[in-house]
Amino acid sequence: MLKISQLHKSYPIGDSSLHVLKGIDLEVESGEMVAIMGSSGSGKSTLLNIIGMLDEADSGDYILDGVPIKNLTEKKAAIYRNKFLGFIFQSFNLINYKNALENVALPLYYQGLKRRERQEKGKFHLKKVGLLDWAHHLPSELSGGQKQRVAIARALAADPKLLLADEPTGALDTTTSYEIMEFLQQLNDEGKTILIVTHEEDIAEMCKRVVRLRDGVIMEDKKVNQVRASQYV
Amino acid sequence: MIRFLFDRDTWQEVYDSMSKNKLRTVITMIGVWWGILLLIGLLGSARGMENSFNRLFGSFATNSVFVWGQSTSKPFKGFQEGKRVTLTLSDAKKVEENVEGIEFVVPRNQNSSLVVRNFLSGNFGIAGDFPLLDQVQKKKLLHGRFINQSDIDNKRKVAVISEDVYKQLFEKDEYAIGELIQINNSNYSVIGIFDVGNVNMGPSDDIHIPFSTFQQIYNQGENIGWIMITGKPEYDIKQIEEDAKLMLKNLNRIHPEDKRAFGSFNLGNEFGKLTGFLKGMQFLTWFVGIATLIAGVFAIGNILLITVKERTKEIGVRRALGATPFEIKRQIVVEAVFLTLIAGLFGILTGGWILIALDSAFGQGPDATLVNASVSILVVFIALLVLVTLGTLIGLIPAFKATSIKPIEALREE
Repeated sequence: MLKISQLHKSYPIGDSSLHVLKGIDLEVESGEMVAIMGSSGSGKSTLLNIIGMLDEADSGDYILDGVPIKNLTEKKAAIYRNKFLGFIFQSFNLINYKNALENVALPLYYQGLKRRERQEKGKFHLKKVGLLDWAHHLPSELSGGQKQRVAIARALAADPKLLLADEPTGALDTTTSYEIMEFLQQLNDEGKTILIVTHEEDIAEMCKRVVRLRDGVIMEDKKVNQVRASQYV
Repeated sequence: MIRFLFDRDTWQEVYDSMSKNKLRTVITMIGVWWGILLLIGLLGSARGMENSFNRLFGSFATNSVFVWGQSTSKPFKGFQEGKRVTLTLSDAKKVEENVEGIEFVVPRNQNSSLVVRNFLSGNFGIAGDFPLLDQVQKKKLLHGRFINQSDIDNKRKVAVISEDVYKQLFEKDEYAIGELIQINNSNYSVIGIFDVGNVNMGPSDDIHIPFSTFQQIYNQGENIGWIMITGKPEYDIKQIEEDAKLMLKNLNRIHPEDKRAFGSFNLGNEFGKLTGFLKGMQFLTWFVGIATLIAGVFAIGNILLITVKERTKEIGVRRALGATPFEIKRQIVVEAVFLTLIAGLFGILTGGWILIALDSAFGQGPDATLVNASVSILVVFIALLVLVTLGTLIGLIPAFKATSIKPIEALREE
């Protein structure tokens, strides 16, 4: 599904440069649910951004679903993002003047789908996250948990191969966090591959595999016994 | 691209981003609106003024010069200075035959006399004229006819009177044609009544009588008061004036450099100044209008830049969701063009209303200051084309700004 080898990335800071990723090797199989952990500055977000094609590595290989991701033009990157990836952000990043349904349907718009099809698919995914009744509400009328569920529906809308979640529960309270995790676990049970960046142990334990980063290298990569979020809800 | 323009979402996006900042959108649009309103309003008014001038001078040969005799200021060939100079019919004939570019030479005589009819009387200017006058200075006849050649040949005692004379000498609604009036104690029958009109060059002509009759009654002989020379359109009237004067000096034995021997009024020259002024005004109108338009369009570019800055994060999200840079740019350019176009259309509409208002305020009646103040469809079309082009160009600035930031940086923006 995803294969990364010897990935390096550094950012220029003034005259010197900050070496953020120092040779990452990572392989993720289809259907996995991986937590990427690490303190801030460990490079976990940078790694996720490179996987999400929002950023480019200095060196190393990255193959996604058999497609080598290298030297992409902005246009190509946009098309790949649309086709392969679904993003879930810490701050939801819903477009505040569009209602829930329009937000969910947005990736489909960029896929060039007709309006009717977009509406149908969008409703389908909203139903999946249990917010069909809220389809015509603006983000400002939704709670944090609801917003994140809309964001998840949006990430799912284009039917991506890989879900990338950057601290998906970072802005939520514990109960809501577990609700969201429960839902992500459900998706994983259905076969979705999910990558979650987090620094919370309890969230990491709800995944099937934990990768720990420190100072740009992988410290630990182990399978864990998944804690089902449903038992807390 | 066509599908994009007819896509509901495209316009939803435009509407959303504009309605999020209604006040700013409106204020920005005012710039373009004002520019095109000025352009339309001013161009229309300038056209109206030009039309009204053309109407005023329409019946008048504008390419003309009046020449009359005065006194010499230089001694020449044995004559002392201060000699009275009087033009004669043969002078007029020779000028007409020899000066290049002349269309007509109209000799005229004028005098002032007491005119009496029954118990009503008044002092009026009497002019002795040829039928030719009617060609260079079209008389607007209300009744009857102007002097004709047969009147001249037979030295008939007939008179063409102005409406004012009619009002003073006749009762209201009285039929004047064929009636007799007394000029200097001799009877003339009225053959025509004319409207004076707005523009009168030279002394006021109240009553026209045949040239030959004038000669005889006032004992003028060959002498004439002044001549009106009209030039062919392709000739320079100033040159004609100089040539004619030089010729007249020659004929009358006057020093060639004597500047006071002949007086003249060059109507063509004055009229040229006037049309030059109109041209200048039109140029100014275009300049002001286009400059204001450009300022307005820049204001739109400015607002879009701010909007783009505010929406940096949103644009980042869209790109994360799969929007290509082209799709982002396209959206912003469409917004820019839409704003300019809507503002422009409003401007054209209100400009049209202003012209309608101007027309009803100043454009009615025969003495209107503005006649048919209007702007041609072509001008409107060009203005719209310029707007769309400028809108597109100015939209490109924020569009490139929006996609110059990497999505990753855009997403970090708070």
